Amino acid sequence: MEKEYTPQIIGFLCTWCSYTGADLAGVSRLQIPPSIRVIRLMCSGRIDPLFVTKAFISGSDGVMMMGCHPGDCHYQKGNYYTRRRYKTINSVFESLHLDTERIFLSWVSASEGVKYAHVTKEFSDKITGLGPNPVKKEIFL
Amino acid sequence: MSDVLKIKKPVEEGITEFLKFLLEKNKVKGIFTLRKAGKTDSFSYSLITDVEEIKNAAPLTPIMPANAGQLLSSFTLEDAIKEPIAVVIRPCELRAFVELTKRTQANMENIYLISSTCAGVFPLKSAQNGKFSQLLPKYWEAAKKSEVLASLRPTCTACEHFVPALADITISVVGNKNLTEECSLHLNTSKGEELAQGAPGNKTTEKLNDKELAQLKELRLKEREKLFASVNDKNLGLAGLVKTFAPCLSCHGCRQVCPICFCTLCDFDSKTHEDTASHYQSELNQKGGARVPSGTIFFHTGRMIHMAVSCVNCGMCSDVCPADIPVATLFSMVGESLQKLFDYLPGRDLEEPAPSETFIENEFAGLGE
Repeated sequence: MEKEYTPQIIGFLCTWCSYTGADLAGVSRLQIPPSIRVIRLMCSGRIDPLFVTKAFISGSDGVMMMGCHPGDCHYQKGNYYTRRRYKTINSVFESLHLDTERIFLSWVSASEGVKYAHVTKEFSDKITGLGPNPVKKEIFL
Repeated sequence: MSDVLKIKKPVEEGITEFLKFLLEKNKVKGIFTLRKAGKTDSFSYSLITDVEEIKNAAPLTPIMPANAGQLLSSFTLEDAIKEPIAVVIRPCELRAFVELTKRTQANMENIYLISSTCAGVFPLKSAQNGKFSQLLPKYWEAAKKSEVLASLRPTCTACEHFVPALADITISVVGNKNLTEECSLHLNTSKGEELAQGAPGNKTTEKLNDKELAQLKELRLKEREKLFASVNDKNLGLAGLVKTFAPCLSCHGCRQVCPICFCTLCDFDSKTHEDTASHYQSELNQKGGARVPSGTIFFHTGRMIHMAVSCVNCGMCSDVCPADIPVATLFSMVGESLQKLFDYLPGRDLEEPAPSETFIENEFAGLGE
């Protein structure tokens, strides 16, 4: 039997909201897709757009950026910058005709374990539908 | 309407005479402008303080050996210049200078900005075959008639921001029918008027030639469409980009000449992106091959994400590219959509913060919910 395709998704999570939310999802024994690899950061504002680009170009099937809801940032305004960065990455990828669907932004607060489980499942399913990232096949990047 | 100083001489001679007047009357200590250097067709930006040296100044020569915004930043980075100088630069260079000042990489104090309605510049390569002076009559003819010369830098043929926004003095070049008879200096600010006080020539009041400028803008916008159409699905998308950047040497020359790329240590030169043997080994294991040097697409997309929003379309990057990659066209294209997204125009206003340094609380509502 052929092995079922499980995507590899990198998630950049801020420690105060999204990571705690993910933790809550775990403690609540909610189902979280095994495709997510979490990288914990102090703030979503730490997500250098290069992290996302590098993850994408190095062959991860999807990249998630997660932080506190706008207005709830532990450092007051980090996630506002994240939002602009996400839009920037999105716009550049769009102009270059790269796959924007593989980059994803979501706000998950510390109490939203259910939301975390839900959005990760949805994103993971979407990526499974899209199939492996074509950069995996490009040798001479 | 603004005050205009008219000097009864061809535009290049006229402006040179004006610069000479500034130095002689001690209005400024130095002039920063293009200067003939050594052999024919060789020009470089220089800071001239000696009146004698003015005869070598070539202020409106259609060539850009480096983006002057970047050069001005290099000597005003630490501190403002102590004594007043006048600089003669092109609109895109001025915009780059403004962008750098915003980012505290340059200082505008004590600098008088003289710019022109710009008819574009020739690629650097055209000044290397000894035939540069033959191009000039055609250039001035096209400038007079507000036409687009095909032999200009590609980004120049497609540039719509050729009227300087923040200049103290604007030299009327584009669509100026009297180009060969007189030199019109539009004094936009009180600083400009102060500079022109007592200068030789007649003073009148006049508007910039809006009609001719609009005509050129229309032509340029058409060229812009054509230029953007030249990068299509064949050079975009993942497979297309691999082809587009295939000849890239990773010399990073495009970054070196870019006025907006000012970081002392670029992230792409840092240890973070140094590829080790194990990296290539894992590439080999996973894909069965790897490009050396690696990461060209990553470098270019990364640079676009970092600074394309402030791209002033000067075209230096394409001009220095030894592999003839249309870097500037890609940057213009990416930059245009980013600037639209954030409603931003680089160099338009000194007070307007760069999009990456600011935010609006309730923008992009609903995103990520």
